Amino acid sequence: MIRVGIVGLGKMGLSHHAIFNAHPEVKVAGVCDSSRYVLSVLGKYTDVDTYSDYQEMLEQVPLDAVVIATPSSAHTSMVAAALERGLHVFCEKPLTLDPDESEGLATTARERALATQVGYHNRFVATFREVKKLLDSGVLGELHQVTGEAYGPVILKPQGRTWRSQRTEGGGCLYDYAAHVINLINWYCGAPDGVGGTALPSFFSRDTDDAALSTLYFSSGLTGQLTVNWSDESYRKMTTRITLRGSNGRIYADRQEIQVYLRDDAGAPDGYGKGWNVRYTTELTPPVWFYLRGEEYSEQVDAFVKRAAKGEAEGTNDFAGAAMTDRTIAMMVADAARGPSTERLNGSGAPAPAKRRRRLLARRSSA
Amino acid sequence: MSPLADSPVEAAEQGFAMDRLLFGDNQFFGINHMSEEKARTQALRFQGIEAVIEVLDAAYDEGIRTFMCTTHERIGLVGDHIRANPDRYPDFLFFPGMPYAHKYANAVTEQGMLGAVKGFLPDEGLFDAAMRGGKSLATRDIEGMVTLLIDAEMKMFQGLRTPVVFLQNVVVDLLLGLGFKEAFAIFDRHVRERYRAEPGFITMNLPLLLGALEEVGVENPIVCSNINKIGFRMCGGIEAYEEALRERRFRAIAMSVFASGALSPDEAIEWVCAQPNIESIVFGASSRRNIAGTRALVERHWRR
Repeated sequence: MIRVGIVGLGKMGLSHHAIFNAHPEVKVAGVCDSSRYVLSVLGKYTDVDTYSDYQEMLEQVPLDAVVIATPSSAHTSMVAAALERGLHVFCEKPLTLDPDESEGLATTARERALATQVGYHNRFVATFREVKKLLDSGVLGELHQVTGEAYGPVILKPQGRTWRSQRTEGGGCLYDYAAHVINLINWYCGAPDGVGGTALPSFFSRDTDDAALSTLYFSSGLTGQLTVNWSDESYRKMTTRITLRGSNGRIYADRQEIQVYLRDDAGAPDGYGKGWNVRYTTELTPPVWFYLRGEEYSEQVDAFVKRAAKGEAEGTNDFAGAAMTDRTIAMMVADAARGPSTERLNGSGAPAPAKRRRRLLARRSSA
Repeated sequence: MSPLADSPVEAAEQGFAMDRLLFGDNQFFGINHMSEEKARTQALRFQGIEAVIEVLDAAYDEGIRTFMCTTHERIGLVGDHIRANPDRYPDFLFFPGMPYAHKYANAVTEQGMLGAVKGFLPDEGLFDAAMRGGKSLATRDIEGMVTLLIDAEMKMFQGLRTPVVFLQNVVVDLLLGLGFKEAFAIFDRHVRERYRAEPGFITMNLPLLLGALEEVGVENPIVCSNINKIGFRMCGGIEAYEEALRERRFRAIAMSVFASGALSPDEAIEWVCAQPNIESIVFGASSRRNIAGTRALVERHWRR
């Protein structure tokens, strides 16, 4: 049995509270939030101990682990305080808004052999996990291109006064939506060497972005593209898509299904052959002990509970992996701040055809 | 009474007797648990309310007169149509399920938890009073606030027959996980008193929920959950569900009987009809042919 404290009872915090509380190996020993209203309701109708001060909860309640689901800008100090006390930490994404801080926390946790996990739940979605399995098997051959997309109907009109509407607090499409896609790309392809052509436009939000567009460059020669927009009403809810192209075919995946096209089935895993292969979440998803809003949310909690119980420092979505995503995000923020590269070649607005053709010819003749 | 109406004495004693087959609404909202492509095709097809009405007409003419639906704003248009044509739909029943969860989830991201609740309350005065009053007033008024939210969701069904009113699974399972069991009793009381209706609960965690409902004194509840041959989204395990159906006192509605298309219709219906104590099956379909097909399968396999 592990004793868990939950900090921040917003949308994610309440959901985590319910799932952790339903876990047979967990006792939710305390919850903490700045809203007295939410605390008073939970205090009256459930048997959980409530705190309005994080430090006070850490001092008064014997805990093995904490779940941090506060606004992103508060993560660093809260996570550090928990690690300091030797607690295992589950933190909502993104880990922090500064990759140096994220890497520092990852180092501390590793040194203290504490289990850490960040709420990138897509790594527990059966179809996205299947993609990872296929890539690890090498079935796509040499990876050429990755495309990550996410769309959804979050911000559809100018308004909003919460932390989620402020880039400086960790609000916006990049931190909220795109982080999930970037994290999947990191899982499949590792850390990019650099990014370019990043745009973080705002359509309705005043103090943050409503879309994130970027090109990612990897040392292997692989190129990635990110297209994320949370102001698209044509989607009922958040929809995430990954497409990977390689020398031996293509993988497409979303939450519901995975479509795989293989040019050659030599070395293909069981159940996959030449040409098209389609698998659905209904056949890939194992049952969970408690379901609230998707098996992946339950599975990530179960994975954390098991790791905390065993004191396993490394695992899916540990701080080191999340820090890679924070680094990639920071690269995009810096790239976008440099502004668009609209330098005109020849001063005419037209590209320089002769030069370009020469380069292509040179490459071809050397091949 | 419709040709599919099942009227066991026991159910009648308990109140409203539900039909064997209920018609669901997932297909109208581009919800498909298997494929985004199929979901979008359906969203396109049902973007005009006429297309929805056409399928509801087909179901009604096949004797399926109960529409188990969310409180999505487009359902309001269906309500308007039924209200405007009482002669065409003398026996049409709505089983509303609330709240329409994505509406709230997006609002929470946009406005914060309290902002979202405030935005959906018809009267902001109560909320402001609760906030100003601090802890003691706030806890006292939670029941009032919950009932106001229910009333706001029920507005679109004014003048229509809603003999059963459901609490949707995201909310049921959230409350269940939090251990906020008293909320089930609040919902139960309000639905009975204000709407003279039977409360129903949708869940993905049937065995766990039955225990919680019993604890707060909600007796012989109507509970709708996934019940299918492959155990798809039956948390607690298929054996625990089978045991609950055999041994616990509740009125079961089976949903997702085809396991999102993973089972053949015949195999799926034969299995579900063989389970004990299932009062109704809720299913979705987009064509009269499929509706008639499901009806025929149920008539063949349902031997009680």
